[in-house]
Parts: sequence; structure tokens; C-alpha cells
Amino acid sequence: MELFTNQVLAGIATGAIYACMALAVVMIYQAIDHLNFAQGEMAMFSTFISWQLMQWGIPYWGAFVLTLAISFAAGILIERLLFKPLAKAPILTNVAGFIALYAIINSVAGLIWDFTIKQYPSPFGSSPFLGSQLISTHQAGMIGITVLLLILLYLFFQFTRVGLAMRAAASVPESARLVGINTSWMIALGWGMAAAIGSIAGMMIAPVVFLEPNMMLGVLIYGFAAAVLGGLTSPFGAVIGGFLVGIFENLVGTYIPGVGNELKLPIALALIITVLVVKPAGLFGRSIVKRV
Amino acid sequence: MTALLNVSDLRAYYGQVQALHGLSFSLNEGSLTTLLGANGAGKTTTLRAICNMVRSTGGIEFDGKPLGNRSTENVVRLGIAHVPQGRGTFTTMTVEENLQLGAITRSDKTAIVSDIERMYAHFPVLKQRYTQQAGTLSGGEQQMLAVARALMLRPRLMLLDEPSFGLAPLIVRDLFKILGKINREDKVTILVVEQNAQLALELADQAYVIETGRIVMSGKADEIANNEDVRKSYLGY
Amino acid sequence: MSAIQEVVTEAPAVEAVPKRAMTLGYGTSLAMLLVLILVPLFVKNFVIFQLTMLLIYALAVLALNILTGGSGQFSLGQSAFYAVGAYTSAILMEHADINYALTLPVAGLVCFIFGFLFGQPALRLSGVYLALATFALATAMPQLLKLGVFEKWTGGVQGLVVTKPDAPFGLPMSQDMWLYYFTLAVSIAIYIFSVNLLKSRSGRAFMAIRDNEIAASAMGIDVALYKTLAFGVSAGITGVAGGLGAIAVQFVAPDGYTITLAISLFLGMVVGGVGWLPGSIVGSAFIIFVPNIAEGISKGLSGAVFGVLLFLVIFLVPHGARQVAVVAQHWLGKLKNG
Repeated sequence: MELFTNQVLAGIATGAIYACMALAVVMIYQAIDHLNFAQGEMAMFSTFISWQLMQWGIPYWGAFVLTLAISFAAGILIERLLFKPLAKAPILTNVAGFIALYAIINSVAGLIWDFTIKQYPSPFGSSPFLGSQLISTHQAGMIGITVLLLILLYLFFQFTRVGLAMRAAASVPESARLVGINTSWMIALGWGMAAAIGSIAGMMIAPVVFLEPNMMLGVLIYGFAAAVLGGLTSPFGAVIGGFLVGIFENLVGTYIPGVGNELKLPIALALIITVLVVKPAGLFGRSIVKRV
Repeated sequence: MTALLNVSDLRAYYGQVQALHGLSFSLNEGSLTTLLGANGAGKTTTLRAICNMVRSTGGIEFDGKPLGNRSTENVVRLGIAHVPQGRGTFTTMTVEENLQLGAITRSDKTAIVSDIERMYAHFPVLKQRYTQQAGTLSGGEQQMLAVARALMLRPRLMLLDEPSFGLAPLIVRDLFKILGKINREDKVTILVVEQNAQLALELADQAYVIETGRIVMSGKADEIANNEDVRKSYLGY
Repeated sequence: MSAIQEVVTEAPAVEAVPKRAMTLGYGTSLAMLLVLILVPLFVKNFVIFQLTMLLIYALAVLALNILTGGSGQFSLGQSAFYAVGAYTSAILMEHADINYALTLPVAGLVCFIFGFLFGQPALRLSGVYLALATFALATAMPQLLKLGVFEKWTGGVQGLVVTKPDAPFGLPMSQDMWLYYFTLAVSIAIYIFSVNLLKSRSGRAFMAIRDNEIAASAMGIDVALYKTLAFGVSAGITGVAGGLGAIAVQFVAPDGYTITLAISLFLGMVVGGVGWLPGSIVGSAFIIFVPNIAEGISKGLSGAVFGVLLFLVIFLVPHGARQVAVVAQHWLGKLKNG
């Protein structure tokens, strides 16, 4: 039993990483209705920017805030330059665009900062949290940040005009235009916010997985899985999904014999798919009834 | 009286297909005009062309300003509210949020709050349901919500696309009564597209009849309603 | 969770491609065929090998096209079917000494069954959910192939070496050239089969499902059957391509069939034009040659160059090669009439 509790705790700790990423995934899904495959790379690039700023002597929180702002602007810029022209192209063409973006960012990051892993500092330290060996202060801090982010997003979407306009533009674009909302800019704003949230995810994750151009690959996959599991329409679901995936992954690794690190992912995914087969819209998602 | 909206030689296209063939008409400030015609005559297209939701050529002037290359949202910002066919309800949001969205381009907070109260006075049923998700409303209620949402813009011109569609006759009468009241009391110019010609002509003071993308008839609503030939050949009653 | 359900009339994810527009005219087809037959006579063996791979990937892209362009289902798991086909052929050839040509139908059949079965749970999923499910399949496959239980057959991480066949009947041509013509024959057969499939009752059922699933079921189409069937056929063709691939590269190993392959095939489909079967070969050319070109332009930034080239293509022709073909046809028509 103690093994079980410990593994669940450890799962929650890794789950916080996925939750953070899943939140960014849901954010952009809300705005543009696609899963952005380049999201992890964007987060990785942001994290490198913050690392670079710190190398230049800017203190952690200063670099944090600057990176947030840069990422937000870069997200908008990417949308305006690369994806706005594709707004009328078929969905699958857009997906190809995400893959292209992925290749570009990954390659450029590798060229600028090379592929060796780098230490990345944590603002919360890495001592045991409340005496527990399983959760460090960094992981606790990460969970705290994720929850805080979730609350802020909730407040933003529920109680601000821009938040309301963004939700409207995402749910019924045509009607949104008819009440005077510039839906095209709402999409850009969605990209900006997703990039900023992604950068937070990256900066929180980097102390755990170390900083290198491929650091987000696994995280993004689990982040997608978490977002899909929780329901792509629900930021709250995404966070819960993130923790669940973290727990799943740890329990699978502990209790199923012969599962090495490499089979953990497929089995976790298979479990998620099983859930989806029963609840196709995810645990907290809104099911969509199609009409002829 | 001056013309609030002036449409001249309007041609609209869906891909290669031309849907409007040189439509011209004008709406006087404060008037309540109806655009009549059969299915596929081009009524909806006309409204969509005014809001730049379809590709079109020709001149559309609103209050002296050409609308030609403005985006839909910028047309709306000039004070043209469009209640689309199918009502365009934000189904996942609450009734109150739908009303707030109607006023999203305005920044006068206190006036918005009082306008929402005014809408609840016009449509008491919306007040009862203000925290309810709009998708759970009945068709009639959603239509009222759509009209209320459009009014939240404080429009100078309101375009309504078949407001009677799919509603019970009694509800349609109620709705049209309210439209008349809005037109008189709030001085909102209204253009309503209808298939239900009889009801629309009772409500409107001006009417245009359109057939396969061309205007074939125009005049005072009561004159058209009383002209038996027109009624038989174009309006089918 | 919200109390109400959202009702939407959703535009289909894949735009409707009319049946006739999915293929080429007779004249163009024959010209294309002639080029494919003659080119190997004038190039080096390595280029012939590359052309063989071009055909093989074109088959795999075609298979994805049938699934996505035909029935509207999206798959990131094609690499798994490709791997199963490759291993089936390799194991039959190396362990059971079966003639390479005979292993292909077996590979196709095994993959058909595999795809058909996989299509069952996938029935409940669509869009991103299906993408995730197929993605899971793709990531799992290399790991499964490495499992110790199968090592006796699969060769584990090491993989299997496959012998390249000689030209039969003492024909005076190199192994590469023979394999090219053999692949070409198989490809043509599968292409003709695919074109006819999409023209048939089943093809119409696929497209009806793609365009509107609810309406299709209201017309009496057994949606579940046809959706799984589409998965099966697509997997089967991919399996044959995988088998051919194993013979051509003379080697199978788990890490040759990762998610990267599935993503490449997906890109091939988009570049070729979703739902346009002849585009498969254009898409295949893109995924084979463009990475090399990118590498040639800049070694350090090859990923970035590839990304930029891909962006250029989708900016210029968001509908892929099909768009080029449509425009070309339009101009040709004008020339004829003018």
C-alpha cells in the first residue's frame, strides 16, 4: 500500500509537467481548433530564451517575465506570418504547417544552442517538500504555478470582455463576426497566450528534464494525451488529465512486469484510448452532437 | 427623409455562380422594410452581401459611407446588426453572456447594464433564463435572444433573416409586434427578409419583391398587399 | 461538464473530392507509365534504387489517401502497418524460405486483418482522438518489435537481413533494375485496384461517410463496416508497400519504422493533394528528395530548410499537387479552345 501511495505521489509530481503542457495545448485548441504539433518546440525555444537571458545576468524572475512577453509576441507573430495565410487552406494543410514549424524551430534551436543538455535553475529549489522524498519543492512549486495559471485563465475567460470575445470567436466564428468581434485577431491572441503559457510550462519543466532542443518531445505527447483525456474543451479537465496521465504512467511502470521505460508510453496511451472509447469527448469535455 | 442604406447594382457570387444580378434599393432612416421572395430568390444573399459575408460587387452605402471593402466586423461596428438565419446563438454560453456579446464593441459599461435590463423588459422570458445556457432555449426563445443580442449593439440598422422560420404562428406574431415597437420607439431602421409575406407586409411600411436575384416589385407595403396580381404571382397567397 | 450538448453542422475535415477528379485521364496515365518504364534504362543503379523507393512510398501514401481522402479517417499509425508488412515479408523469406513475390500477398493480408481489427475500436473515435489512437499505435510498434518474446523471429533490436532477389529467367538486368520493374508492376496493379475501388459501390460508401456520416447511415450504408473496411484496405496496401520496402533495402529493424515514417507519409499525402490518387507519387517524391535537398543546402539547418520548403509548398499550393493539375488542365483546355 505504501508503494502504491508513493507511486501516486510521484505520479502527481510528473503529472504537474503534463498538466502545464496540456493547459497550453487546450488554450490553442480553443482558439484555433487544432492541436499544434509545434507547441512543444515553441515552449522549448522560449525556455532557451529565458536561459540565454539568465546567462546575460538577468535574475530569474526578470528573465521569466521577459520570456513571457517575448513568447506572447512571438506567438502572435507566428500566427500572423505563417498561419493567417493558411486560414482558408484545408485542415490537413495546416497540420503540415505545424510539422514544418516544428522542424524549423527544432533545427534553429539546435544551431544556436547546440544539442548538449544544460542545467536549468528552479526558483523553488530542489529540497524535499515537507520532508517527502517523492515531491521536491520544485515540483510542489510547479503544481502551485499550474493551479494558479488555471485560476487566472478561468477568471480571464469568465470575467473579461476579451475573454468573452475569444470564447465567442472560438465557438461560433460567424456569429462572433456579426457582433463585431475581429475573429482573426482573436486567433492571433490565442496563439500569443498559448505561446506564453507554453513558455511557463517549458521553464517549469526544464529543471526536471534538463534543457536541450528535444526536451519537449515526450512531454508534448503526454501533454496531448492529457488534454485529450481531460477533454479538449476544458482547461480544468486538461489539468486533471495531466495528473491522471502522470499517475497512470507511474503505476504502469511499477505494477506491470516487463514494462521498461519505452513501453510506458504506448501503454499509457492505450489506457487513455480505452477511456476515450467509453467517453469519446474526454472526461470533462463537452460532447458535440453533429447535425446533418 | 434621407436614405440610411443605399444599395446600387449589387451583384453577388458563390464561387462561379452568380446569385444577385444587379440589385438596387434604398432604406429610409426609421423605416421598416421587408424583402420578399421565394426560396433561392437571393434574399439571404442580399443581407449577407451588405455585411460582406459573400463576394459581391456594386455599391453599398451606409449613412453616406461605402461599405465595399470593410470586413464583416467593421460593418457591424458602424451600427448594422444582423440576425442571421438559424439565429447564430452562442449555444454554449449563458443567455446573459449572449447579450453581453451583442454589446462587445461598446465600452459604456453602465449603459450596457441598463440595456440588458431593457431587453429583459422587452423579452421577459429571457430574464427568467438569464443564467441558462442559450442552447437549451426553445426555438422561439432563441429567436428573441438573437433579436435582443442584435439590439444590444444599439444599431441604427437591423437586418433580420427570416425571423419567423420554424416558429409557431403565435410566437411569430409576438415577435413581429416587438419588432414594430422597436422600430417606432427606438428609431431603429429595420430590414426584414421573409417568406411569410402576409405577416411581413402587415408589419412593414415598405416592401421589395425579389426574384432570381433581381428586384421585380417595390412600393408601400399596404399597396403591395392589396394588389391581387402581385400577391398571386409573387407572394403565393 | 456542461448540461447541454453542442449541436453543430460541421464542415467535413476533408473537403469533398468528386470521384472523377480523383484520377488521371487515359492519355496522361499512359504518358506517365511510359516515363516510369523508360527512365531506369538511362540512370545509375543507385538512382534506380531511389526510384524503387519512390514507388514504394507512393504506394504507402496512396494507402493513406484511400483512408483519409476516401473515407475521411485520419491516421498517424501508417508506419505500424508498414512495419508489420515489412516484417511479415522478411520473416517469411528468411525463416520459411518463401519466394519474395509470394510473401507480398501474405503481408497484405496480415495487414488487412490487422487494420480491420484496429478499425474496430477506432470506430468510436474521430478527428484528434483518432489521430491520438493511431499515433499510439505508431509509437508502440517499434517497442513491440523489440520485445524479447518475438526475438527468435524478429531478430530483436538487430533486425533481420533480407536477401535481394535476382532477375528471374536469366534476364540480363541488375538486381536493382529487376526490383524496380517488379515494384512498378505491383504498384500499377494496386493503383488500378484503388481507382476501381473508389469508383465502386464501396468507394461511393467511403465518400458518403467522409462527406456526412449521419446522412450516410441514414441512406442505409453500414458505416461501421465501411469505416473498418477502409482501415483494412489502407493497412493492406501499406503492408504490401512495407514488404516491398524490406526487399528493396534488404533489411528490417524496429527503428526503421518510427512515428517519423508515419509523419512523412502524412506530409506526402498533403503535398500530393488529399484524395487525389495520382498525387501520391508527387508526395512520395517530396518526402524522399526534399530532405536530401535540404541537407544539401545546409547541413546544420537541414530541418529548418525542410520546414521552409514545406511552408513554401503549402503557401503556393495549399491543395497540393492536385491544385497544380487542376490549373494545368484549365490552361490546357483554354489552349485547345483558344
